[in-house]
Amino acid sequence: MKSRIGVFVCHCGHNIASSVDVPGLAETLRRHPDVAFAADYKYMCSDPGQQLIRQAIADHRLDGVVVAACSPAMHETTFRRTAEGAGVNPYRCECANIREQVSWVHQHDQPAATAKAGDIVRSIVERVRQDECLEPLTLALTRRCVVIGGGIAGMQAALDVAGAGYPVVLIERQSALGGRMAQLSGTYLTLEGGSERLAQMIAAIERHANIQVLTEAEVTACSGYVGNFQVEVRTGRPGGAEVTPFTLDAGAIVVATGWDPYDLSRLPEVGGGLLPDVVSTLDFERMLAPGGRLARPSDGVVPRQVVFIHCAGSRDPEHGVPYCSKTCCMVVAKQAMMFRQRVPEGQAYAFYIDLRTAGKGYEEYVRRSAEEHGVLYLRGKVSAVAAENGRLRVSGADTLSDLAVDILADLVVLATPMVPADGAVPLGQTLHISTDADGFFNEAHPKLRPVETLTAGVYLAGTCQGPRDIPETLAQASGAAAKVMQLFSHAEMTQSPTVAAVVEDLCAACATCVGTCPYGARSLHPVRAVAVVNPALCQGCGACVVACPNKACFVRNWRPTQVMAMLDQVGWSGDL
Amino acid sequence: MRVVLDPLALHGAFIREIEAISEQNLLACNQCGRCSAGCPLVEEMDLLPNQIIRPAQLGLDTVVDSTSPWLCAACLMCEARCPKGVDLPRIMDALRQIALRRGESRVVAGDVDPALLAGAPQMAIVGALRRGEK
Ligand SMILES: Cc1cc2nc3c(=O)[nH]c(=O)nc-3n(C[C@H](O)[C@H](O)[C@H](O)COP(=O)(O)OP(=O)(O)OC[C@H]3O[C@@H](n4cnc5c(N)ncnc54)[C@H](O)[C@@H]3O)c2cc1C
Ligand code: SF4
Ligand code: SF4
Ligand code: SF4
Ligand code: SF4
Ligand code: SF4
Repeated sequence: MKSRIGVFVCHCGHNIASSVDVPGLAETLRRHPDVAFAADYKYMCSDPGQQLIRQAIADHRLDGVVVAACSPAMHETTFRRTAEGAGVNPYRCECANIREQVSWVHQHDQPAATAKAGDIVRSIVERVRQDECLEPLTLALTRRCVVIGGGIAGMQAALDVAGAGYPVVLIERQSALGGRMAQLSGTYLTLEGGSERLAQMIAAIERHANIQVLTEAEVTACSGYVGNFQVEVRTGRPGGAEVTPFTLDAGAIVVATGWDPYDLSRLPEVGGGLLPDVVSTLDFERMLAPGGRLARPSDGVVPRQVVFIHCAGSRDPEHGVPYCSKTCCMVVAKQAMMFRQRVPEGQAYAFYIDLRTAGKGYEEYVRRSAEEHGVLYLRGKVSAVAAENGRLRVSGADTLSDLAVDILADLVVLATPMVPADGAVPLGQTLHISTDADGFFNEAHPKLRPVETLTAGVYLAGTCQGPRDIPETLAQASGAAAKVMQLFSHAEMTQSPTVAAVVEDLCAACATCVGTCPYGARSLHPVRAVAVVNPALCQGCGACVVACPNKACFVRNWRPTQVMAMLDQVGWSGDL
Repeated sequence: MRVVLDPLALHGAFIREIEAISEQNLLACNQCGRCSAGCPLVEEMDLLPNQIIRPAQLGLDTVVDSTSPWLCAACLMCEARCPKGVDLPRIMDALRQIALRRGESRVVAGDVDPALLAGAPQMAIVGALRRGEK
């Protein structure tokens, strides 16, 4: 049967028309044997432009549509919806990109640009000629969310998802919820309210009908795909009495495994792990906490001269970690002020490289620590801390005065960086999400997709992705929860049908494609000795098509015969 | 050069005296350097205006020996530009007063070169004597 394809060539204002002869191109296409109708219009994506397409489909009984315009990334969805509305199967509507690929890159040679546009449009006509009518695939969706990690990030995500009416299973490997925030003395900017809020959140979670909390629990395996994960969980302490693995079905996973403190013994030059009166900021939190004892570990005496060392282990690619831990400049300011309130006659010193306190009200907070609480900031790193007559000689520098500076201190507090929680890398492997060189989980896109991972249905919240403070952690957790709610707001999942398929008669079950597929979408059928495709995982990348030695693979509407027919139209001079 | 920071000096007479005379909080200065960037006299000074403040913040009274406070013309450029509202000419003034309290006059009328007296504006000479004589 002869195909009835309509071609619609867009001027895109002057974007295309200034370097491509658009009316001339439409005219040529009218003479194409497979083109039943061709027209040009100033803005095809506008309402009148789309109306022109719908009218032509009706008037000329079109069964396929080519829109020669901008990139399909721009308007493929628009035009497919237009075609569908007029009765053409949306998968028989394709965009020929004559803007990004033609007019924008060949602005000074109209005949050549017009000729190239013609080649591209004719190639897409070939593609549409062989396009199948397809229906979107629907996949079942388990509307239950698993949250891994019961710190502030995991708790916020759990409360948000549960609050929207979906069941949540919150998996925490410790015996209690709260994470690291439970170990803090108070939180900036106001110090008060943090622990009360944390207690309220824990209580809200524990009485929430939609949240099931599993403590002393860990994820041991994960299979499936977005909407249909099977998460294997083991509860009970490893090595302890009760270890019962079981499987949870879940549609989405939020990872919120948080951070661990940097190992102090990696800082021996400043006494880390060697001198009892050299402690970490996390240790100092406990000393400052209500009910904590502000005293030197060595002799229990209240310290008067306290030296803080910023970037202890961080921003030090030679000896420690290369990154900035983002929160410690604020933490030092907080702790120095709390110390001065407890010991008014005391003096706090802070050796820093830069003060990095970008946040609403944060600069003002740090200035207050200097101007009102007399914290003496010294711009330079410390090279050594040594015991001297029961005190600590801190040898640093102040590059603002070009002086090497020694201080005799009672206590040294190292502002060490957050590092990823123990076990983050293997957990990433279990969940098929990647970690960066430092062990933090990778987001899907560093600028544009900060809460997603490259594995659909797995989201990130909090410090497991990188150091950040509580407000930022909460914002990201709510962002991850919103992604889960968006997914769960559908009754079932729809998936593009342009996925790979296997010609079973040609398949030798050699499994080449199984190893090639980067998305784990292929496997061998357990009984029938052919390869099968899991359409929920297939991204239509085509790697299997190229790899298959038997030409037994194709991607729907990107069949090899289509690609060959398209190539025949493009720059083929006939004499190779 | 290495110094041992003395906690007593950080709360000691020197800093208190500067802050009392100038009515400025030395720690308000964040060493951004804008004062020095605009000062018309930096070519002549041994310490830049911001370098005057830094040792003072650390309680180091060696800064009293600097020539810069004596060269400061009190033009107020630094004060106008300072993002933290530090009134630096007042600190310069405080340092001059402390230096005078500690020692001899820096400008003695009889020692001034007559050639300079002939050429310099009267205002400048009176001003120099007013702030440089004990
Ligand atoms: C010394 C110090 C002071 C700070 N003070 C402040 C402050 O004043 N204000 C502020 O805003 N921020 C502060 N912060 C930052 C704050 O601690 C973090 O922003 C916050 O803890 C991040 O929460 P989270 O949920 O991402 O991680 P976490 O609090 O680390 O929670 C992660 C949870 O996941 C659990 N977990 C880990 N791995 C697994 C696994 N495989 N399976 C199951 N569960 C797992 C952990 O047991 C933990 O309960 C401070 C940080 C430091 C180092
Ligand atoms: S936040 Fe401050 S102390 Fe922490 S690593 Fe960054 S610069 Fe250093
Ligand atoms: S590579 Fe081709 S022949 Fe081999 S299992 Fe896959 S589809 Fe079958
Ligand atoms: S097209 Fe790509 S994602 Fe789909 S099965 Fe083939 S290799 Fe896997
Ligand atoms: S301009 Fe102000 S804040 Fe900046 S260095 Fe000078 S006195 Fe200090
Ligand atoms: S007041 Fe003094 S220090 Fe300030 S800019 Fe003028 S001359 Fe320089």
